[in-house]
Amino acid sequence: MVDTLQPTTEHAHDDGHDEHHGASGLLNWLTTTDHKIIGMNYTVTSVIMMLLGGAMAMLIRAQLTVPDGGLVSLAKYNELFTMHGSIMIYLFAGPFAFGGLANYMVPIQIGAPDMAFPRLNALSYWLYLTGSITMLLGFFTAGGAANFGWVGYAPLSNSLNAPGAGADLWVGALILTGFSAIFTGVNLVATIFYLRAPGMTMFRMPIFTWNMLVTGILILLAFPVLTAGLVMLYCDRHFGTHIYDANGGGSPVLWQHIFWFWGHPEVYILALPFFGMVTEIIPVFSKKPLFGYKGMVFATITIAALSTGVWAHHMFTTGVVLLPFFSFMTYLISIPTGMKFFNWIGSMWGGQVQFTSAMLFSIGFLLTFLIGGITGILLASPPLDFFTHDTYFVVAHFHSVVIALVIGAMAGIFYWYPKMTGRFLSERLGKIQFWLLFGGGLLFVMPGYLVGLRGMPRRMAVYIIDPTWQNLNIWSSVGGFLMGISMLIFAANALKTMKTPKTAGPNPWDGHTLEWFTTSPPPHHNFYSLPNIKSERPTWDYFHPDAPALTHDDHDPSHVPGAVKADAQ
Amino acid sequence: MKVEARLLIWLGVFIGIMGIVYGIWSKEWGGTAMLIGTAILGIFPGLYYRWWSKRMGDRPEDRDATMAEGAGRIDTFPGSSIWPFALGMGCWFLVLALVFGTWFVVIGLPLVIFAVSGATAESRRGGDASGH
Repeated sequence: MVDTLQPTTEHAHDDGHDEHHGASGLLNWLTTTDHKIIGMNYTVTSVIMMLLGGAMAMLIRAQLTVPDGGLVSLAKYNELFTMHGSIMIYLFAGPFAFGGLANYMVPIQIGAPDMAFPRLNALSYWLYLTGSITMLLGFFTAGGAANFGWVGYAPLSNSLNAPGAGADLWVGALILTGFSAIFTGVNLVATIFYLRAPGMTMFRMPIFTWNMLVTGILILLAFPVLTAGLVMLYCDRHFGTHIYDANGGGSPVLWQHIFWFWGHPEVYILALPFFGMVTEIIPVFSKKPLFGYKGMVFATITIAALSTGVWAHHMFTTGVVLLPFFSFMTYLISIPTGMKFFNWIGSMWGGQVQFTSAMLFSIGFLLTFLIGGITGILLASPPLDFFTHDTYFVVAHFHSVVIALVIGAMAGIFYWYPKMTGRFLSERLGKIQFWLLFGGGLLFVMPGYLVGLRGMPRRMAVYIIDPTWQNLNIWSSVGGFLMGISMLIFAANALKTMKTPKTAGPNPWDGHTLEWFTTSPPPHHNFYSLPNIKSERPTWDYFHPDAPALTHDDHDPSHVPGAVKADAQ
Repeated sequence: MKVEARLLIWLGVFIGIMGIVYGIWSKEWGGTAMLIGTAILGIFPGLYYRWWSKRMGDRPEDRDATMAEGAGRIDTFPGSSIWPFALGMGCWFLVLALVFGTWFVVIGLPLVIFAVSGATAESRRGGDASGH
């Protein structure tokens, strides 16, 4: 028989393992330290932020359907694109991934009862929530919200050019969410290093957990730099320092160095979790083991290492950065990223691919991210970057990347929703949503590349009266609206599902990893029992005891290794 | 713990080499300082883990092991606690003080001190304030 024991855990003040003991409703929500509830809090809050940021995008796209659009004032337009970018990057993509799904799934995937520091985890959420509210408060101040772009470039962000409280709220919000991210990074790394179940060696961890470990390390390397930069920005604004002020002997370019030293690793802090999600989903719905497990791990580590040395490719046109160094390093990143793509394709190759919503979103992620990645390689060339800098080509490039992340987020939600709630999302609505989101995303970005190559600058509320420019902008806006509709369908799907019975069961997808071994939703401290862990697919091994277990050196299921590792043997 | 240590040391060494090459080539000291600092941030904890891995040997999660080998108490996990919320609110008020005036400090600072003290006392007691 397969040995299914669980090491016992001790609750600090409740031997009965019943966390709530009297606390219920609002009090339970305020006092919880359960990683699953905190993960759900993060997920719901960040999805609300995405809807808010998306609503701002709808206004921006509506404004740009005509060259001299008067839907919003020029000043309000500056606030809209600043807050749209800030909300999507700082308050949605990162917190959704490392605060939401990772918080919920990582402890379960490694067989742990909770995160290593549950109270720090709760504090992370409260700092994230208050940071989000702080940033949004800017809209209610006399001078309006921050209006200098999500990158907060000096001198646009100094007290002369951005004197209002909205800018200070933006700075304060990022300090709060920055600490929140750092605490989450600490928690993820400590949890993965110290709370793995027996037999869960580093090279048996699910790829999502590996990616979250590397993301956690990147957070620890990158976020303190941004937080320090923001403190200096605040000092420049209020305490008379001149750190980023050229007139006082400071350097505005220093802000760019500091910001992008955080900002480019941040791109991978955002992307790696979604790489991890689709790496979980593709093998499960291809009915195959992951192709190239170790290659995936090393590609992730290499991406993280290289991502710390490419920051100034955002600064080519400043004229004061070392072009060959940053260009070469940026090109290098395409190698491990390309390796991941081949492994994803290899995982599907020859498999029995099931086109569920989660799988469709995963494939959509690959295609959309590929477009963003390839145009990123173009932009790594300084001559091409000089030509397209601050045009819609760049906007289309990074929107290809971030739309891929939104599609990847949907893949993760459809895949893990049964585990988190015990219920299935509607597959029919999911597929309609997929085609609207994927098609709308492509329709949104493609005209952007074209109008960018024609020279349309970004962050402009009005543009020259030119039929080609306007037509391309209209198509782009139609794509944006389709994406908006797809999100409404998702909201309807989630609301509709709330009333359905819990029929998911523990393992609806015949999954590979430990989260599919426990109930849906999992109990407090996650497991009643655990299987022995002999490969990176412990749940699959348990439910398929007659199948030959795989070692990393042998991923060919048709080959029976000499030493069959399933415990049942 | 060996793999964990190697991961951090490898990252730190790679970034350190990159920092040295970048510093010599570019003579731009802001980026060089950040790269070297980042390298140290990888190498220091990596060496610490390496030292620990030699002291304690392989844990059940570092090798082939059955669940029975890891049976027993894993750790002490704090239950529900109001202090993270209180500390979060205190920090929020302190940040709002940076924007709306120092009177927010009057609320924020005591809240932070109260929450940190409460959380510490809770840890020392091994339970929450209600005495469960």
